[in-house]
Amino acid sequence: MNWNLFNYPMNPPSASNFAAEHDALFYAIVGQALFFGLLTFALILWFAVKFKKGSKADRSSPQYENARMEFWWVLIPTLLGLATFFWSTKLFVDMRTPPKNAKEIFVVGKQWMWHVQHPDGVRENNTLHVPVDTDIKITMISQDVIHAFYIPAFRVQFMTVPGRYTQMWFRPTRVGKYHLFCNMYCGTQHSEMGGSVIVMSKRDYADWLAQHGQVRENLTAAQTGEKLFNKIGCGNCHGAQDLIPRGPSLRGLFGTTRETGDGRRWVADESYIRESIMRPAEKVTKGYGVTMPSYDKTFSEEDIMNLIAYIKAGAGQSIPTSTIAAAMPGIEVRDATGKAGLNSNEMQFKSERADATPTRRGKAPAVGALAVEKGDQQ
Amino acid sequence: MEHFHTNPELNYLTNGHSLRSWLLTEDHKRIAMLYLMSVTFFFFIGGLAAAGVRYELMSPAGNMMESETYNKLFTAHGTVMVFLFLLVAIPAVLGNFLLPLMIGARDLAFPRLNLLSWYLYMAAGTCITLAMLGGGADTGWTFYTPYSSMYSNSNVSLTLLGVFLGGFSSITTGMNFVVTTHKMRAPGMTWFRLPLFVWGHYATGVIMLLGTPVVAITLLCVIFERTFQLPIYSPELGGDPVLFQHMFWFYSHPAVYIMILPAFGVISEIMTAFSRKRVFGYHMIAFSSLAIAFLGFLVWGHHMFVSSQSMYQSVIFSLITFLLAVPSAIKVWNWTATMYKGNVVLSGPMIYGIGFQGLFLVGGLTGPFLASYGNDVHLSATYFVVAHFHYVMVGGSIMGFLAGLHFWWPKMTGRLYNDTIAKWNAMLVFVGFNLTFFPQFIVGWMGMPRRYHYYYFAPEFTPYHILSTMGSSILGIGFAVPAFYLIHSLFKGEKAGDNPWNAHGLEWNTSSPPPTENFRYKVIVTDDVYDYDPVAEHENDMLAAGGKA
Ligand code: HEM
Ligand SMILES: [Cu+2]
Repeated sequence: MNWNLFNYPMNPPSASNFAAEHDALFYAIVGQALFFGLLTFALILWFAVKFKKGSKADRSSPQYENARMEFWWVLIPTLLGLATFFWSTKLFVDMRTPPKNAKEIFVVGKQWMWHVQHPDGVRENNTLHVPVDTDIKITMISQDVIHAFYIPAFRVQFMTVPGRYTQMWFRPTRVGKYHLFCNMYCGTQHSEMGGSVIVMSKRDYADWLAQHGQVRENLTAAQTGEKLFNKIGCGNCHGAQDLIPRGPSLRGLFGTTRETGDGRRWVADESYIRESIMRPAEKVTKGYGVTMPSYDKTFSEEDIMNLIAYIKAGAGQSIPTSTIAAAMPGIEVRDATGKAGLNSNEMQFKSERADATPTRRGKAPAVGALAVEKGDQQ
Repeated sequence: MEHFHTNPELNYLTNGHSLRSWLLTEDHKRIAMLYLMSVTFFFFIGGLAAAGVRYELMSPAGNMMESETYNKLFTAHGTVMVFLFLLVAIPAVLGNFLLPLMIGARDLAFPRLNLLSWYLYMAAGTCITLAMLGGGADTGWTFYTPYSSMYSNSNVSLTLLGVFLGGFSSITTGMNFVVTTHKMRAPGMTWFRLPLFVWGHYATGVIMLLGTPVVAITLLCVIFERTFQLPIYSPELGGDPVLFQHMFWFYSHPAVYIMILPAFGVISEIMTAFSRKRVFGYHMIAFSSLAIAFLGFLVWGHHMFVSSQSMYQSVIFSLITFLLAVPSAIKVWNWTATMYKGNVVLSGPMIYGIGFQGLFLVGGLTGPFLASYGNDVHLSATYFVVAHFHYVMVGGSIMGFLAGLHFWWPKMTGRLYNDTIAKWNAMLVFVGFNLTFFPQFIVGWMGMPRRYHYYYFAPEFTPYHILSTMGSSILGIGFAVPAFYLIHSLFKGEKAGDNPWNAHGLEWNTSSPPPTENFRYKVIVTDDVYDYDPVAEHENDMLAAGGKA
């Protein structure tokens, strides 16, 4: 065995903005638990010995109820519990509230791999590269069953649910390579649905993006979305302006409020757009009929994310690279070369999937199977 | 005094020997014995599966089985242990046997329904076993959708059918307990003379009645979606995948109290009997059982902090979970205070009982880590959770069950076992248990997810798994040994007499084993519950030892 039996690491690495506060809370509760646990168990053992039948201890006037004492027994743990509750709630609310200008990365979970898509088109599987000291927001969904995206060193996890986007955010604080796990049982290869998160210095990250030609798709997410938009012919109904009676224009749609025929109002966020694509009859914008077909079986989750990226970026007009660059600070945006069209792109994705899917014990693990970049060894 | 009719030589065991007289019995004591045998059998099956899981985890890359087999093993372990052991053991064996005795009733309110509940239980066990023999299910005992409803190719429906039938068994038991406690108490047995064991089972009965139908429907819906593609949980069909979690935990969180409240009852009885002193804060313990049964229904969302439930929902669930911790804490302190100024007798059952308190303390004190959801974001679904619920459920229920079985064994069988061996074994179980599950807190805190077959990519987890597997071997011995000395006592054990522990309670007033009608005379209760006098008793001890009073 190459693992030293006498080596007992006791802590996960701490590599995100949340780790320090999380650990402080953790150890505060450890302190509480040790205090109450040891005190109570010591009392139990001490009483058992001291008042052992036949011992000489004083037993005069035993008590069977003591309202005063029981009042304190209730009050003290309640107050401590409430204090812990408020602290942990503050931490949780922070964790659930991503900063406005965080860099957004999309993640799709599927049996049994993580597909990661950076906004400028770079993709990777089972590996997530992130620049240090940058707020990262992960928007994620599952293509089949429920998974959970878990990075212990960052103290974050959240489920990925089919049919619903979930989000989490963090700011990596230490360069290094950390575990990425699926933490929701999802079938046969659940334990191998993971890999690593690689935190790079900002400079290395930029280099990595630049060198990553092979896996990198030369289109931004929004541009891929646009191609798809045009290929499917969405514009036949959703024109650049509200001129076509069949469907509303999607230009500037994202973030606006839509009213349905029955007067209900909805914010056009990711989930709204996704639902409109998958089940268009559900929330029909006021003034339009149920004309749009469902694309439920047509698109992969990845396609829909690209379409959303396109709609976010404006839709209906070709997006100048500068617009996207402005929307994504810190990321070098390239022009579409047209060389890698949708079809070749899809083929590439399929072969990536084949490579990376772990099959049996003994074979190469899923870890980093796709992301064979050089700077892996930190 | 009114005299009942039976031959005084006969008791419930000797009154009829044919197989038929057992299989068609309506005597709650015989049904309890049927349950004892079947529950022990399923515990053995579940234990074998656990051993498989643990030995496989000794090495980070596994060396005995493929992932599919591994997944089926932990599913078998969880399903059998939860649905065929933990939810049933104390209520159906000890509760069935003792509840009527303790309140001076001749049987439960619905004896035939009670027999039906055993048959339903056996049908449940048969379905689950058949599903296992036919290849097994691989969903985990939580059956999360849409994996269970749409993706798994294993025997999910048959397993679910088993759980569904088991649910009905639970409902009938619960109904029997609630009605019996309300309607069948002997004259003089007021609510506040009820032993705490009865309070615990009463609260359990309420949860069984109110909660179980929900899980039954939830699981039935999974079967429907699997079989008829009804759109319930799967988004592909238009359902909601998280709906299942809400419905499942709405039952399954209270269900952990079905597993633990009866154990609280057992421990209350043992602490008071072996401290030779009235239990401290009787009313507090009784009311905290009801509080737990009530609040237990309001915390299910703490299993879903990292699902897609809204942040505000999580705030509420976290808050109520913290409040729920309080009544559990109260009980431990009350038991501790019970020993103060008592005459503590460290018999076998008492050592099991103290072991229970040690384990339950660890389990209870690790709850706040998960209830404070800022921390749960890291710990949820890791081995930390596995350790936590094993301390509370397994430490709680099994130690409680063993403690109770040892305490009432002389009543149930009329024989005494070797108390010295029992004491040593109780300590062995305690040590084995801690060695098995404590390392799992650490490995969970380090980030190891539960239900992982391989961890070759994280070799730093290895030493903890080795420790844990070593501990589980000790624990396995600790669980097996009682089977030998208890069975041995049946044949060679000394006759117990009616009240070998010199304890209070109606059950100790009848013969051991009790006659079919429980009591030979009509019962009227005149004294208070747990009417011990530690001071007088101590003075007597001193006199007997030749000291001065
Ligand atoms: C009375 C004894 C208790 C029992 C029998 C019990 C049992 C359980 C069980 C079965 C689980 C489910 C684990 C799973 O399969 O996911 C669990 C999880 C949990 N328990 Fe307890 N528990 C008890 C006490 C407590 C206490 C006192 C607290 C809080 C103060 C608590 C808080 C939690 C939380 C928040 C979870 C969810 C963890 C997660 O999913 O991440 N429990 N418990
Ligand atoms: Cu998964």
